[in-house]
Amino acid sequence: MSNFIKGILGFRRGPWELVATILIAVGVVMLMQPFVLWAFTYSFITTLVGTVMFIIVSHFRE
Amino acid sequence: MSEKTVDRVARATPVRIARKIRGFSDRTIAWIFVGPTIFLLLAINIFPLIWTVNLSFTDFKANRINRAVEYVGTRNYERILNDPDVWLSMQATAHFLFWTIFFQVLIGFTLAWLINKKFRGNDLWTTIIVLPMMLSPAVVGNFWTFLYQPQIGLFNYVVAFLTGKDPSSFEMLGSVDLAPWSIVIVDTWMWTPFVMLICLAGMRSIPDYIYEAAEIDRASKLRQFFTITIPMVLPFLMLAVLFRGIENFKMFDLVVQLTGGGPGSTTELASIHLKREAFEKWRTGYSSAIAIILFVTVFGLASIYVKALNKVKER
Repeated sequence: MSNFIKGILGFRRGPWELVATILIAVGVVMLMQPFVLWAFTYSFITTLVGTVMFIIVSHFRE
Repeated sequence: MSEKTVDRVARATPVRIARKIRGFSDRTIAWIFVGPTIFLLLAINIFPLIWTVNLSFTDFKANRINRAVEYVGTRNYERILNDPDVWLSMQATAHFLFWTIFFQVLIGFTLAWLINKKFRGNDLWTTIIVLPMMLSPAVVGNFWTFLYQPQIGLFNYVVAFLTGKDPSSFEMLGSVDLAPWSIVIVDTWMWTPFVMLICLAGMRSIPDYIYEAAEIDRASKLRQFFTITIPMVLPFLMLAVLFRGIENFKMFDLVVQLTGGGPGSTTELASIHLKREAFEKWRTGYSSAIAIILFVTVFGLASIYVKALNKVKER
């Protein structure tokens, strides 16, 4: 856990990619789930933030 | 030998052209070759994408070109993301995507495993299994419509034979409960061979000596399957899932031919909803926004997937 936080603070690729991946996955689940409309409403912005973040952080140092 | 060939080719170049390109650096010549491709890529892929993003912020209607176009900001996105119809189409897409991939991977992997065993007529069976994949989706959609006919359809008779039900007591394409499964069955029938072929390529790439070493270590067949076959085929399988996932996310032709999105909107996948908005209701700006939402979703999923694939390959 401390390694993860260190990685986030040090702008390392691995932990930041993990955060972006989680955001994309959560966004897609929100988009396709059949339970609550508000989750669907905020799904696109979540996926978009995750995707843009993924593109940026994949250029960070290992 | 190769030097002579190079000299021969150089001599074969007409003097006029040779004089013209003599002053060009290797870099310039490389750009001359790559340039047309880059231009086509920009014209056919990148420009339409940027233009679609631009249209998604407008109320443009393609059937009224002379009408003044207004920029509406994020209104299209707000409407889409609060529209229960779009939500339903996303749920239909999720159902279709999940079950087609599940069945295709399960059956495709099993078939590949069976075909990989050495037996007589192996090649013939591979060809027979691969046949559905070679057919046009329009043809497949058309003949499965006949197979699903409650009165004369073979599918209903087979189900009736197995379950003892009356063949005309259920309608695969007309029932709200069965229609989503009917498209899953057809897509699975058509595209399982694709997954099978990729898995087969993975299985055939495993060297025999690994199994031989496992035999010497007295590893059981089951152990060999779980510790050799599955881990080594996994990258191939993931690639197959990526291809099928992207394809099925934008599935259109087969479903239109089978159900046309019906009954009601139970099989109206995201791409069918998009087409209706774009070319039946002519809400081009609105449908462009739907297209961008789908694009970002597929792009995001593919990014995660490629990352996972690279990790599996590194192992």
